[in-house]
Amino acid sequence: MNIPKSTLSSHLRRAGVLAAAVALLAGCGGGSSDVAGESSKSNAATTLNLVAYSVPKPGWDKIVPGFTATPEGKDIAVAPSYGASGAQATKVIDGVDADIVNLSLEPDINKLVKANKVNKDWNADATKSIPFGSVVVIVVKKGNPKNIKTWDDLLQPGLQIVTPSPLSSGSAKWNLLAPYAAKSNGGADAAAGLDYLGKLLTRDHIKSNPSSGQEATDQFLNGSGDVLLSYENEAINNERLGKPIEHVIPAQTFKIENPVAVVSTSTHQDQANALKNYLFTPDAQKLWAEAGFRPVDPSVAADFAKDFPTPEKLWTIADLGGWSVADPALFDKSNGSIAKLYQTVS
Amino acid sequence: MNQSKVIRYLFRYVALLYLLLLLIIPVGLILWRTFEPGIGAFFASIGTPAAISALQLSLLVVAIVVPLNVLFGVPTALVLARNKFRGKNLLQAAIDLPFAVSPVVVGVALILLWGSAGLFGFVENGLGVKIIFAFPAIVLASIFVTVPFVIREVEPVLHELGTDQEEAAATLGSSWWQTFWRITLPSIRWGLTYGIVLTVARTLGEFGAVLMVSSNLPGKSQTLTLLVSNRHAAGQEYGAYAIATLLMTVAVLVLVVQVILDARRVGAAK
Amino acid sequence: MTVGLEPNPEATRPDTVGAGGRRKGSSYGTTSLRVGAASIWISVIVLLPLAAILWQSAGGGWGAFVDAVTYPSAVASFKVTLTISLGVAIVNTFFGLLVAWVLTRDDFVGKRLVDAIIDLPFALPTIVASLVMLALYGNNSPLGIHVQHTRWGVGVALLFVTLPFVVRSVQPVLLELDREVEEAAASLGANNWTIFRAVILPALLPSLLSGAGLAFSRAVGEFGSVVLIGGGIPGETQVSSQWIATLLEYNDRTSAAAISIVLLVVSFLILFVLRFVGGRAAKREQLAP
Repeated sequence: MNIPKSTLSSHLRRAGVLAAAVALLAGCGGGSSDVAGESSKSNAATTLNLVAYSVPKPGWDKIVPGFTATPEGKDIAVAPSYGASGAQATKVIDGVDADIVNLSLEPDINKLVKANKVNKDWNADATKSIPFGSVVVIVVKKGNPKNIKTWDDLLQPGLQIVTPSPLSSGSAKWNLLAPYAAKSNGGADAAAGLDYLGKLLTRDHIKSNPSSGQEATDQFLNGSGDVLLSYENEAINNERLGKPIEHVIPAQTFKIENPVAVVSTSTHQDQANALKNYLFTPDAQKLWAEAGFRPVDPSVAADFAKDFPTPEKLWTIADLGGWSVADPALFDKSNGSIAKLYQTVS
Repeated sequence: MNQSKVIRYLFRYVALLYLLLLLIIPVGLILWRTFEPGIGAFFASIGTPAAISALQLSLLVVAIVVPLNVLFGVPTALVLARNKFRGKNLLQAAIDLPFAVSPVVVGVALILLWGSAGLFGFVENGLGVKIIFAFPAIVLASIFVTVPFVIREVEPVLHELGTDQEEAAATLGSSWWQTFWRITLPSIRWGLTYGIVLTVARTLGEFGAVLMVSSNLPGKSQTLTLLVSNRHAAGQEYGAYAIATLLMTVAVLVLVVQVILDARRVGAAK
Repeated sequence: MTVGLEPNPEATRPDTVGAGGRRKGSSYGTTSLRVGAASIWISVIVLLPLAAILWQSAGGGWGAFVDAVTYPSAVASFKVTLTISLGVAIVNTFFGLLVAWVLTRDDFVGKRLVDAIIDLPFALPTIVASLVMLALYGNNSPLGIHVQHTRWGVGVALLFVTLPFVVRSVQPVLLELDREVEEAAASLGANNWTIFRAVILPALLPSLLSGAGLAFSRAVGEFGSVVLIGGGIPGETQVSSQWIATLLEYNDRTSAAAISIVLLVVSFLILFVLRFVGGRAAKREQLAP
């Protein structure tokens, strides 16, 4: 078999051309924005990695352009990643590059503190590092065919409820605290609260365990279940997208507070802090409100009072003794009273 | 066996109907939905910064995985085709393992080996070399699933060829490198090419394993397959279709190369 | 016709390694050096990660393993995975044989094109396959078939990705079949069905089993193609690979390792049985006159 040398070298030449083309392509602009028509922002000097829980995308989509328009935010790009709050916290602990985190609840940030990823005093100031929040709502199909108005209505036999698993989702914990607080009168009568949850967390009502608030919403929108427990902001945003749903704010529900923290191992401390501080400015608070999240700035909240009705009774985590008391007592994987009840449906 | 006309047509059309419903129509539907809004929309969608970054990342992974697989795969194939040694069956079985491992399990295995809490956790904790949730993990996952391709395509060719030519060259005083470059390599070129093509296609198409070990940050650690998944999750169906079409083009190219190589193989055998 | 990729051709290849093994240490350096290099490559890339799974599971002890494997969601995922994979393997064995038959025994316009695209599922990324099946059989289906989030949806996706295995396994054997035996049987008065049953099917059996086994093995571990159309509903459409991914989200590595071991054992068993049956059948063919 006589293989002429030219064939082999012509193959090599072709491979060389291909490699050069690839190298050329590699020089072309890339970036984190995924909007068609936008050219790569190669003038962004810094990119901040935001690791967030699963549902605040509508908010951040408004906040980031607002931030980059400010003098502090010039030349900064933000690359967000969304997922179940507990799972995202684990990822940051495991080493995923993060500069700033926005998780669903305080205990998930405390996990980062324990792993030396966030400073101990992250929420020491007056704002408690909570730039926005929401309330727990019951989401139903448009027209509310099953006429769900109260927590008791959820106990109708055969009613299928979609709520995520507290093992990975922050939304899940808020969802279960709401009826618990309502029924136990703010934790005063724990037995009554657990009694209700015992009736709720049965295979008659709970048929799936989505791992995040976002996944729960997806399952509900895809036809699973009669009722979804979720954040008010999730309901508002999906209604604005025209999905055939509506939401009910029960007379007694729970105040959701979503914290933000700068990651101490970040190499862009100043920029991350600038972003964090921006979130509390009136401009940013207005953007959160426009995106369906309850702002913490009282004057902005007053302006948007129409969008965010006040329930008869709004329980807060402080009523239950704060997360440091409530989280281990209720949600500890082995000993938490609510966690143990959830095990029957997981 | 002479089939009656009725049977022949029955078989033919049932088979074609099956392929139509399972293969042709679904793929065609994606192409239709991708190009129906016009080719401009397609290019805009695959030209976003995130998409370009994903393309660059995927190509970079290919650029590392292919040479490594060739560098280590060809000698491995040589050893398997030419030599008998103890444990050869074990090595053969080990090379086939990636076929039997679920992509998720690949991801789990890598996390349990190289993660900070893993068996080789000292690499990240002690030496500060991040593997999981960083670029090396994507490369390792891709190599895991592509190990068999080059080896399994080159080995049978080597086996069929025999060593006559190489031995003749050796007796004429050729060094091992000359023999390899001028005799062995050209004779395995079609098998090697096909193995490389399969490796490229599989690397670009790997999803499950990469999903587990990548931090999935747009613009940084998102491959093309992760981008498809992300766009779908974000409700950007059209965007997902566009990247899917891009990946399908690669798959079709693989098929085309396959047909060409087969024709050459048949031609060379004549 | 394309040459499929089959695992370890040596299992079915007649043993004639004499030609290469004659010389100890050929022109590329000593044998042991190359064997060593090959072994290190395979070990680091393939064996060590798998060993890490065993290490993690062993660390939790036997109790943790049993707990993980008997957990209700795990058991449900096994049931879903195994039943759907078995069904898919059976359906694709039947249709794979049919398609291979048509491709080798029939002729029609566009046959070569059809032959070429059979391998498309093999070359396509799994997530693209999922999107493809979702487009036609999901919520936005133009055909009005909505099997999203049902077992049928998962089944259809798995049928798609395992299609090439049986076809490509059977095709080469069908091509090589000695038509003389069939013609002899026909001349002796046997009807088509008898010829098929007594002459063709036995010859095809090893490759049919091989293809079916590969299809089953692939279906059991499949993740990307199932993820979108299945929806991961526990007890209904959540396959074991998805359960493993969820366990990682819960940061339960030991359970994830345990379930992974179960999947690995199932796949290895199938492949081991395949090689054994394939080897036996090949030897029988060799010995046959």
